[in-house]
Amino acid sequence: MKVPFPAIALAAALPLLLLGCETLGTLSDIGVASGTITESQAASIQKSAEAVEKSFEDITPEQEYYIGRAVAAFVLDRYAPYSEEKSNDYVNLLGRGLALASDRPETFGGYHFLILDSDEINAFAAPGGLVLISRGLLRCADNEDAVAAILAHEIAHITRRHGLKAIKTSRITTALTSAAITATQTAGSEELAALTSTFQGSIADITSTLINSGYSRAQESEADLGAVTIMQRVGYNPRALVGMLAIMKKKLKPGGVDFAKTHPDPGERIKDIEKSLAGKPSPPAPPPQRKARYNTALGKI
Amino acid sequence: MSRFRKWLIGFFVLAAVAALAASPKQMSVTVKETQVRMTPGFMGKILAALAYGDRVQVLDVQNGWAKVSLPAGKSGSSGSRSQGEGWVHLSALTDKKIVLKSGAANVGETASSGEVALAGKGFNKEVEAQYKENNNLDYTWVDRMESFVVSPEQAIGFLQEGGLDAEGGAQ
Repeated sequence: MKVPFPAIALAAALPLLLLGCETLGTLSDIGVASGTITESQAASIQKSAEAVEKSFEDITPEQEYYIGRAVAAFVLDRYAPYSEEKSNDYVNLLGRGLALASDRPETFGGYHFLILDSDEINAFAAPGGLVLISRGLLRCADNEDAVAAILAHEIAHITRRHGLKAIKTSRITTALTSAAITATQTAGSEELAALTSTFQGSIADITSTLINSGYSRAQESEADLGAVTIMQRVGYNPRALVGMLAIMKKKLKPGGVDFAKTHPDPGERIKDIEKSLAGKPSPPAPPPQRKARYNTALGKI
Repeated sequence: MSRFRKWLIGFFVLAAVAALAASPKQMSVTVKETQVRMTPGFMGKILAALAYGDRVQVLDVQNGWAKVSLPAGKSGSSGSRSQGEGWVHLSALTDKKIVLKSGAANVGETASSGEVALAGKGFNKEVEAQYKENNNLDYTWVDRMESFVVSPEQAIGFLQEGGLDAEGGAQ
């Protein structure tokens, strides 16, 4: 019987909670490494830690929306958009369909997708639902199911608020989370300057994560498994994610500034995904319409 | 599934139902706009539209969808039988009371921050304008990107055409 295990893990975690989040993350990692607790127990401890460390959750969806717009503006300052309408319409229809099947189909400003005119293999999921994908990454997909895998992975980063979690907690001050101040939008100029400075720092935290350090390995794995779940709900073949990563592995150049720098090795990701799919049946082969519309929209991307 | 597990789940379902029956919960719309549907799923017929800050009473929760009674003046004109009731996806709702600009002056005295969110507080349009100016950023394509709007109906149509399961939205 499985029931008591989470309870034990939780009881074991309680004294640890008092130590704070940073320490706790390390302790549960050590626990896994030394074999004293299982991965799922560690995950449940991590969950409790997140419940204590809830400040990023106090960022309202409305504020998340402005953060996401700024992150997208930052990315678009460095990458040119690919303005081809047919291709962008296609990724928007597909992406929106996948978002509907996610755990968070509705966000303040909704989900919107844009292709970047770049040969780099890269994608950026800005908080709140703005997803930017490079032509180079889309070239790692050779059918609609594989494009769905790319978009679903980015959507999973958004539903799990990985971008917001990259903001240093010290920045999330009462200026953002307390209802007692700034009852209206008429902030004084001093307060506006302070808020803008916090905003600037928060955007820098997120963009440096997206562009330089990358999300944690655990977060990437969460996004891969989240993508698999979304694809299964809709009926896409989740193994298309594996196929896409295999193409990516061939194309990625070691030392590159794109996914090579910010993401775990595709081979490692494939192993984890295949483990989760072992023994699961594949959906029926895609009908000709699905292939035809992929070729029309992205065949020459 | 073991009997114990079934019993445990049954217990929690009962407890949840009892809790709901005891105090119908108020929730607020936390997205720019959302739709109230006749059935719990994005294929459900739209009965009414709700806007940011609108308050609804939650009568039931099923698979990520909340059955709500509509605020006065929002009941749909489509002549549904259960007038004034419909389904909203939970991701569009929050437990917090969202206070819009007007009449927000004494909010700090009446409720704690955990219960109330002030619209336009913190990171807002003003902050965005200042940030944009400080960094000399161009938001043209961000705005254009936001103008690519796909409705749930269009997205479901697209999935169906591709031989996919459009009910995927209802978990």
